[in-house]
Amino acid sequence: MGKTLIEKIIARNLHDENVKAGDIVTVDVDRVMIHDIFIPFVADKFKEMGFKKIWDTDKVVLIYDHLVPASQTDDTRHFRAGDAFAEEFGPIHVHRSDGICHQLMPELGYVKPGDVVFGTDSHTVTYGCVGAFSTGIGYTEMAGILGTGKLWIRVPQTIRVNINGKLPENVSAKDIILTVIGDLRADGATYQSLEFAGDTVDALSVAGRMTISNMTVEAGAKCGLFVPDDKTAAYCGLGGTLPEELAQLRPDEDAVYSRVMEYRAEDFVPVMACPSQVDSIRPVAELAPEEISVDQVFLGSCTNGRLEDLRSAASVLKDRHIAPFVKMIVTPASRSIYEAAAKEGILDILSEAGAMITHPSCGLCCGRAGGILTDDEVVVATNNRNFLGRMGTSKVRIYLASPLTAAVCALEGKITVPAAYKE
Amino acid sequence: MEQFSGKIWVLGDDIDTDIIMPTEYLALKTIDDMRPYAFSPLRPELAGRICPGDIIVAGKNFGCGSSREQAPEVIKALGIRCVIASSYARIFFRNAINNGLLLIENSEIQKAVKEGDEIEVHVGEYILHDGVKYPVSSLPQNLLDILDAGGLVKAMQRLNGIV
Repeated sequence: MGKTLIEKIIARNLHDENVKAGDIVTVDVDRVMIHDIFIPFVADKFKEMGFKKIWDTDKVVLIYDHLVPASQTDDTRHFRAGDAFAEEFGPIHVHRSDGICHQLMPELGYVKPGDVVFGTDSHTVTYGCVGAFSTGIGYTEMAGILGTGKLWIRVPQTIRVNINGKLPENVSAKDIILTVIGDLRADGATYQSLEFAGDTVDALSVAGRMTISNMTVEAGAKCGLFVPDDKTAAYCGLGGTLPEELAQLRPDEDAVYSRVMEYRAEDFVPVMACPSQVDSIRPVAELAPEEISVDQVFLGSCTNGRLEDLRSAASVLKDRHIAPFVKMIVTPASRSIYEAAAKEGILDILSEAGAMITHPSCGLCCGRAGGILTDDEVVVATNNRNFLGRMGTSKVRIYLASPLTAAVCALEGKITVPAAYKE
Repeated sequence: MEQFSGKIWVLGDDIDTDIIMPTEYLALKTIDDMRPYAFSPLRPELAGRICPGDIIVAGKNFGCGSSREQAPEVIKALGIRCVIASSYARIFFRNAINNGLLLIENSEIQKAVKEGDEIEVHVGEYILHDGVKYPVSSLPQNLLDILDAGGLVKAMQRLNGIV
């Protein structure tokens, strides 16, 4: 019987060809990521468990991003706890102000195709974009991995998502994943792996695949995987073509799926996740006649804070100005994206259009940085969650959208279909 | 098998971790500091009214959202004896087991109960409400081992020979 991609990855990790969905197995961990919010708890649990050393210090990456720079008086306690832990049990990799964890892990080469990676954050599923099995866990389990290098998992079943054809010009990876989540619903892929395939997916950049993998957890998925290809190899610094050994990381023709979903790329339209559920998906064209006024636009996060996202917003904001009452906040996902966007002139375009550019970090996505809102205000945001209270009071209305849609909404000051600005 | 009874609080589907414990309070020092804010975006009065031994009955996908372990921890700190839901999000499920919070899966009882009802829980066997028994299944052995040890910290302490 054929194997799915997740079965292939786990079989490779265990050196056991007999692995199949439903098995409970203990994997060897290739890399872990811990962020600033949870490091004090990980450190406490690690010591409480009685461990004296980390199983493999080179495999541990600590990233400060949610609380950077500190916005509340007690936040720096997290940085001190992290630095103390690194000092006592390191040397581990520490990034103190380089950007969002889920951007940095693939960008800096900490994750390679076929790796098994865990992080103390639900959006750890992002690294499925390069064909790695990665998922979120709590800080107690992280402490256990730091001591043992191992974790038990149940090998998930797989939902296959086939997408073929050419996407309309005003549709991006964000619209794809929002649409899929709307069809699956918020628990439709719980405990399962999502495997994306088809020529539309092949044509996506690694950045676009990242957007899709990132949000698979919003349908409850354990991971969201793409078959590694030459683009993946180039992105991961493995040369121009995928090394022979990694070419085995593809599902078999006769792999068994719990469900197969088929999409025609031409059928996708710009969509939004409406307040306050990520699976409450509606076409922007259906919302536009409601004349929904927009108070703020947020462009950033591990979902959509990459260079092509900023570029996409700049394409409609060039030589134009956002509506006078709209605050637009742009937060590049990493320092290198910030620098590349500056070099390309994108930051100038966005600033001249009236946007505020902030330091690379999680920023407004987790409701901890500048830009939080109050009752009845509307924000169009490119991040991954629109839960109650995520960006201020529980009566803030958060609409999730693609960077292109978000930029057009900023220009018009109301929810607007991006097609109007297609060049 | 273990059994207990308690008063129930009824919540809906997709109760996410931002509702259970909003991000703005995650950097507070202790779970006790966070306790008054549990469920505040949805029901600000709830944390103050839950009594030790109470039970939460919820719909599908309970605990969806982030990996924050403060979510099951704060529910435990409120004194909730167990959560009964139609289904759970996977990270929340693991975190709850690792912290010794009992989770029960049942998707029938939601239709019959109302807030404030008393129910009787027979762990691994059934839930009794208004004379009707709702069957529940047992957990896999590797999870029972962690629960038996008293959570993952104690299981690891056992591994390191310090208990």
